[in-house]
Amino acid sequence: MHGKYHVRTTINGEAVEFLCEPRQSLLECLRDILGLTGSKEGCNDGNCGACTVILDGRIVNSCLVLGAEADGADITTIEGVARGSRLHPVQRAFLEQAALQCGVCTPGLIVAAKALLEAEAQPSEERIRFWLANNLCRCTGYDKIVRAVQQAAHEMQEVNR
Amino acid sequence: MATVFIPAPLRELTGGRAAVEAAGATVGELIDDLERRCPGLRQRLLEGGRLRPNLSVAVDGEISPLGLREKVPPEAEVHFVTAIQGGV
Amino acid sequence: MSAPAYQVVGTRPIRHDGADKVTGRALYGADLELAGLLHGFVLRCPHAHARLRRIDTSKAEAFPGVKAVVTAADFPPSGDRMVDLGEGETPLSYIRGNVLASGKALYCGHAVAAVAAVNVHVAEEAAGLIEVDYEVLPHVTTALDAMREDAPLVHEELRTKEFGAPGSRPSNVAEHFRHEMGEVERGFAEAEVIVEREFHTSTVHQGYIEPHNATALWNNDGRVLIWCSTQGSFVVRDTTACILDLPVSQVKVTPLEIGGGFGGKIPVYLEPVAALLSKKSGRPVKIVMSRKDVFEGTGPTPGSFIRVKIGARRDGTITAAEAYLAYEAGAYPGAMVASGAMTVFAAYHLPNVRIDGFDVCVNKPSTAAYRAPGATNAAFATESVMDELAENLNVDPLDFRLKNAAREGARRADGVKYRRIGCVEVIEAMKNSEHYRSALNGPHRGRGVAIGYWFNVGLASSCTISVNEDGTVNLVEGSTDIGGTRTSVAMQAAEVLGIAAEDVHPVVADTDSVGYTAVTGGSRVTFATGWAAYEAAQDVVRQMRERAARLWDVDPDAVEAVRGQYRAGSHRATFRALAAQLNRTGGPVVGRATVNPKGAGGSFSGVICDVEVDPETGKTTILRFTSIQDAGKAIHPAYVEGQMQGGSVQGIGWALNEEYYMTAEGTMANASFLDYRIPTCYDLPMIETIIVEVPNPGHPFGVRGVGEANIVPPPAALANAIYRAAGVRMRRLPMNPAAVMEAIWAAAK
Repeated sequence: MHGKYHVRTTINGEAVEFLCEPRQSLLECLRDILGLTGSKEGCNDGNCGACTVILDGRIVNSCLVLGAEADGADITTIEGVARGSRLHPVQRAFLEQAALQCGVCTPGLIVAAKALLEAEAQPSEERIRFWLANNLCRCTGYDKIVRAVQQAAHEMQEVNR
Repeated sequence: MATVFIPAPLRELTGGRAAVEAAGATVGELIDDLERRCPGLRQRLLEGGRLRPNLSVAVDGEISPLGLREKVPPEAEVHFVTAIQGGV
Repeated sequence: MSAPAYQVVGTRPIRHDGADKVTGRALYGADLELAGLLHGFVLRCPHAHARLRRIDTSKAEAFPGVKAVVTAADFPPSGDRMVDLGEGETPLSYIRGNVLASGKALYCGHAVAAVAAVNVHVAEEAAGLIEVDYEVLPHVTTALDAMREDAPLVHEELRTKEFGAPGSRPSNVAEHFRHEMGEVERGFAEAEVIVEREFHTSTVHQGYIEPHNATALWNNDGRVLIWCSTQGSFVVRDTTACILDLPVSQVKVTPLEIGGGFGGKIPVYLEPVAALLSKKSGRPVKIVMSRKDVFEGTGPTPGSFIRVKIGARRDGTITAAEAYLAYEAGAYPGAMVASGAMTVFAAYHLPNVRIDGFDVCVNKPSTAAYRAPGATNAAFATESVMDELAENLNVDPLDFRLKNAAREGARRADGVKYRRIGCVEVIEAMKNSEHYRSALNGPHRGRGVAIGYWFNVGLASSCTISVNEDGTVNLVEGSTDIGGTRTSVAMQAAEVLGIAAEDVHPVVADTDSVGYTAVTGGSRVTFATGWAAYEAAQDVVRQMRERAARLWDVDPDAVEAVRGQYRAGSHRATFRALAAQLNRTGGPVVGRATVNPKGAGGSFSGVICDVEVDPETGKTTILRFTSIQDAGKAIHPAYVEGQMQGGSVQGIGWALNEEYYMTAEGTMANASFLDYRIPTCYDLPMIETIIVEVPNPGHPFGVRGVGEANIVPPPAALANAIYRAAGVRMRRLPMNPAAVMEAIWAAAK
């Protein structure tokens, strides 16, 4: 049998420790060990973005990161996007713009969009589309997703003013 | 009398006619009457006393889930159509 | 008559499951965790066609951590028979054979065995130890090749059926049918312009982001409990019961959230396998497909060969049309060619028409429905020929379509006479749109249009509504919700009850807790389950009137209920006030309904798109795209737009990129999202929408299903736009840069 790694991380602002096998991806650790099933597996090879998390300030496909590599890292998952019972502006905008249908790509898209708006306050439509191109959605045709991100950007700008 | 539209592959049994008048209160009775008028049709439409698999009956344009028991209004149009089905 | 004023219908409330889905809390099939859960892995055939001479599972069974291994030999020996799973009858041997191969594997990706182990890695390792002795057989992967006399036979016993008359010798053609009206030869003789062309479309996948999954527990009381992601929990129940030779009451299916389906999550793949593994191991077993499994082992939509011939007079009147449709069923019969034939000329009034359809087995995955199944292939052909005819006749392509458009009373080629339809209204909305009236300037640019049709279905739906004392209601339905239908169904109940959409709490229940409900498919949920909710709400209103009558000591017939306001004489009460008195007026109120409605009412759609084709690379860039569709009545316009936008973009992917790229060995070379490239948001502009509302007389609110017709016109519209941009007629999908470049070079020669 394989020895296990002891991994110490910060997830959604809280210190989290877990044991994982060397071959387990961060996505598996989040879902199967820690019960954080909001991050989804759509392809397990880094092409769909449903497992997108923010790792030390960068968005990554958690299926392409080994659990062991997360040692010492600061991670934000979809479960950490809302502030308690208050939805993040991106989450609210997704609801108001009807930017989800089946909803399975939604966690990854919201995490990616949150990271975008933290990096750039007023991204152009082109910029939003480029940034989100790693997140596949098969239901919506992306139109309402782009509009939701635009709405969230606008609202966050208003709040910061 | 209802008008029964005959699928192209079965028109050899109706002397080439695309539609045949037939009487009956249900699809089942209609087929009995059709058989009297155009012998051989029943065998092409039914199997084991039921509509053949992959075959549906439409009465006035609506596919019937009741099959042979579907009521047929007077002057109705009846079609036998290949059932819409997906792969397994 | 002016349109009725609604309070809830036509508004855009936030969907009821929204908060769960934006916070990651919504529970999808793969998210389920149970005590003692084992993980399954399915071993799949690496060959396109192979006899299974021997399967030795002993090494896998002995592998540490493995708890059970199954093959087709573990199925109960129930023999073959015809089974009806709500979509017409199918031989049990086909359904069972696709779940686990027996005797022969018919495609690369065909499941041959499965392992349950303590985790998925152990299960996968152990599956690698299963020894399968394959005798590789010659294979065939396209419809035209499979129709040749010397083609390898996918099923040795299969004979072509022609309305009940079986063919004389074995063939890969499972069925041939013909629709014929009028006098086709005379019609063509009257034509002054005739265009006849041949088209090919590739196999494409629905491409939902969530892979198939299933968890099963063969409980100690003999009941099989299943949790899964499906478009039809009752189909899973009935299919699993059939394969396992159990009464349906011994199987309970709990549908978890479903991450997309588009028709592809109607068939059953994993549930019976997980159940068998659970029976052997005594523990719950979860199986989740990999993306490669999804591409290779589940049903894509048929690839096809289509020939379309249309003749018209100089004045633009079509005199005759003829189509030949050969669709690839994949490994088992059922290629959706019947619906291709129903829709191929459905938009036009044709006096003389003949359509031949062929359902052809090939060594590819058994095909499944994909959003207006069969119609997109057919419309690509018809709408391309229509465009060429309009060009030859020197008329506007929309005017040409309008002149021949199907109207109420027109007879479709399969004989059915149309009721009120919105074909003309859709074309007029296209003509009048700002997009169509705007100029398109610049080199290498072109505009294309096309229209499409899907007939929609009704089928069974059940619903119960219980009234809470705070004036809200709980609504229980059985339609798994892929695109926001909890809300579009709840809104119809809210409209009847005169309460807010938010005051209805919709729940999609398991198969023990709701009456039989057919699949989420055929654009039927908002139509049929919405209708069930409408009827159940009417039942509630009737009972609430009785409660009011009791309170006021009047006759129930004297109580009027209008938009949640109840009154009789000088008495007045709101729905909420009456709900608060339930206990004092006789206890709970539960409304119920089950429907199997006719009158589904087809939906027409159209596309206008502007493209630019790079003459150096052949790449097509979409500059502007508008989807137009008849919704009958849009219950929740935002989600109607969402259906139109989603269907449009799937159509764009089908047109420009997507295909099963088959190797010479008959295997799929591109079974990943990297190589099977579905559109990303960077590939697209905004998708503009125009909702046309021609109310369906067959529904209380006039609903026409909107889930499907929108995918039908995009490939043809794009082909027509590419022609105007680059001067080449593309007659093969996908129209990727290489294909467009080849066409440009060929035209330059």
